[in-house]
Amino acid sequence: MSSTKFILGLFDDPDVMMHGIDKLQKNSVPIYDVYTPMPIHGIDDKLGIKPSRLGFAAFMFGCLGGTTIFCLVYYFLVHDWPMNIGGKPAFAVPDFIPVTFEWTVLFTAFGMTITFFFATHLFPGRAPRVMDFRATDDRFVIAIDAKGNIPHEDITNILKEAGAVEIKHNDRKYVSYE
Amino acid sequence: MASHNESIIREPLITGNDITYAKITNDVLRPVENMPTKAWWIGFAVASLAACLWVFAVSWTFWYGIGSWGLNKTVGWAWDITGFVWWVGIGHAGTLISAILLLFRQNWRNSINRSAEAMTIFAVICAATYIVAHMGRPWMAVYSLPFPNQYGSLWVNFNSPLIWDVFAISTYFSVSLVFWYTGLLPDMASIRDRATGIRRRIYSVLSFGWTGSVKTWQRFETVSLILAGISTPLVLSVHTIVSMDFATSLEPGWHTTIFPPYFVAGAIFSGFAMVQTLLLVLRKVLGLENYITMFHIESMNKIILVTGSIVGVAYLTEFFIAYYSGGEYEQYTFLNRFVGPYWWAGCMMYGCNVLMTQMMWFKKVRTNIPISWVLSIVVNIGMWFERFVIIVVSLHRDFIPSSWAMFYPTWVDMSVFIGSIGVFFTLFLLFIRVAPSIAMAEVKLLLKSSSEQAKKKLMDDGHVDPSHAEFYKESLTKFDSVELSQYEKA
Repeated sequence: MSSTKFILGLFDDPDVMMHGIDKLQKNSVPIYDVYTPMPIHGIDDKLGIKPSRLGFAAFMFGCLGGTTIFCLVYYFLVHDWPMNIGGKPAFAVPDFIPVTFEWTVLFTAFGMTITFFFATHLFPGRAPRVMDFRATDDRFVIAIDAKGNIPHEDITNILKEAGAVEIKHNDRKYVSYE
Repeated sequence: MASHNESIIREPLITGNDITYAKITNDVLRPVENMPTKAWWIGFAVASLAACLWVFAVSWTFWYGIGSWGLNKTVGWAWDITGFVWWVGIGHAGTLISAILLLFRQNWRNSINRSAEAMTIFAVICAATYIVAHMGRPWMAVYSLPFPNQYGSLWVNFNSPLIWDVFAISTYFSVSLVFWYTGLLPDMASIRDRATGIRRRIYSVLSFGWTGSVKTWQRFETVSLILAGISTPLVLSVHTIVSMDFATSLEPGWHTTIFPPYFVAGAIFSGFAMVQTLLLVLRKVLGLENYITMFHIESMNKIILVTGSIVGVAYLTEFFIAYYSGGEYEQYTFLNRFVGPYWWAGCMMYGCNVLMTQMMWFKKVRTNIPISWVLSIVVNIGMWFERFVIIVVSLHRDFIPSSWAMFYPTWVDMSVFIGSIGVFFTLFLLFIRVAPSIAMAEVKLLLKSSSEQAKKKLMDDGHVDPSHAEFYKESLTKFDSVELSQYEKA
C-alpha cells in the first residue's frame, strides 16, 4: 500500500480549478477541501457546504447588546438614581438611543467575529494546518483524501487532464508541522 | 465566479502587462520581507522624534496640569478638542472605504482599504490620547465609565452627549480594529507561508492558523459583509455624536441642528484627504503604481470634491440661518468669523475647504499627482482650522463682552499637536513594515476581471465594440502606469 495520505491538485487559475472540481465530481472522487489565496464564489455550492449561519448569530448578539445596555441605563437613570433635570421625566428614551445603538453594534461585531473564530478554529497560536505553502500565494489547491480513493493514478490523470499545473502525493497531511 | 468579463469601458483597477497572482504577492510583500529603505529610516526617525516630543509634552501636562496650556476662563476648550475632532474626522475614511464602498460594490476600494483602515485606527488612537490628555488627571478617565462606586453608586449621566461620545469612540475603535484585523488574517497567512524560522513562528501566531479552506473563506465573506453593514451606520453615528457635543449646547455657533450631517461630511472629506496624502507617497515609495492607479487617485479626488462641496453648502446654510434666525448673538458669532480678530482663521477655513477644493472640478487637477497631494494637505489644514473656528472663535467672544478673550497656545499645546502627528506617522510607518499595505487577497480577485491585461486580452480577441475600445483607450491616457505605445498599433 502506498504511503500517500493526500493527493493535491495545484492550479494556477481559479476557473480551471472550478472545472477540475467538476471533473473530479463527475468521476465520483470525493474532495476533501479546497484551499485558495482568495475567496472564490461557487466552490461552496459545488462542495455542498451549507450557507453560513453567522448572520443569525450576529443578529442575536446585536439583540443581546442592545437589550443589555438599555436595561443597564434604565437601572442607572430610572430605577437606582433618578435625577431631577428641570422636572423632565427620568425615563427619557431618546437619550438612551445613542448608547443602545453603539452597544448593539459592539456586541454584533465582537460576538459574530468570536463565533467565526470559534467555528473555524482560528485563534492566536493555533498551528496552521497547511497542505501546500503556495495556497496562500498563487496556487488554487484541491485536496483529495487518498485513503479509500484508489487507484491514485486515475485521480492524478483526472487532475492532469483538468489542467493542474502540479500534482502532489503527500505522505503527510499537513506540511506546516516541524 | 472569479472571472466574468467586465465591461471594457470601465477603467482598469490593476495596470501592467505581466501581473500574476505571484507578482501581486511579491510586490505587496516587498517592504515587509526586505530590510527597510533609507527613505523609511529617515521618515521613521523624524516621526519617532515627534512622537518623543508628544510623550514629553503630555508628561509635562500631567505633571503641571492643564494650566500649562494656553486655556483661560473664556476659552476653556481649544487645541485639545480641535485636535481631537480633527483626528476623529481623519479616522473616518478607513471605515468608509472598507464598509460603505464594500456595500456599494466599489471594487476600487480593494487596493486602498487596508492602509486606509490602518490609518483610521492610528488616527482614532491619536484622538483618544487627546481625550485622556485634556482631562489633566488621566486617571479621571475611569469616571466616564458606569462603574459601581462609593458615592451611592453615582452613575454617569447618559443624557449627556459626552458620555455618548465615550461609547461611540470606544465602539468605533474596537469595531474598526476587529474589522481590520479579520481582513488581515489571509494576508498574514501569506507572509507566514513564505517565511522561515522565527518570522514564520511570529506570523503563525498573528495569522491565527489561517489556511484558506472553503469554509473559512465562506464564513470570512459573511463576516466581512455583516461587519460592513454594521460599520456603515456606526461610522455615521460617531461623528454625529461628536457634533452633538457641540450642537446640544446653547453656545452661539455650536447650537445648530445642521451639525451632524455637516460634521459627517467634513469627516469623510478630511479622512479622504489624509488617505490621499499617505497613498500618493506610499505608491511611489513602495512601487505600487500598478495597484493604486490614477483611477483610484481620481476617484478619491472626486469624493473629496463632493464632500467638500457638501461642507461648503453646510457653511452657507449656517450663515443663512444665523441671518434668518434674527438672534443677534448668533449673527454676531458668524460675522465675527470674518471681521473679528480671528478673521485669518475664518479665511483659512473657508478658503482651504471650499474654494481650493473647487479646483477639483477640472480633470487636469484631479489627475495631477503633485497638485492632488498639495490639495490634500490644504484640505487637512483647512479642516483643522474649521474645528479651530468652531471651537475657539465661537467661545472667545461670548455673551458678556467683559469676559471676551483671545487664545494663545503655549509650547505645550503646540508640542502635543505636532507630537500627535508624530505618533500617527510612527505607527503608520511601523504598519507598512510588518503587514501588507494592500489587501492582497482582495486585489487578486480583480486580476482576471478588472485588470488592464484582462481588458487588453478582451480587445485583442476582438469581441469588443470598436467605439467602446476607443473610449477605453482614451481613458487610459491619464494613467501614469500604462504603456500607451502598445495600444497605438492595435
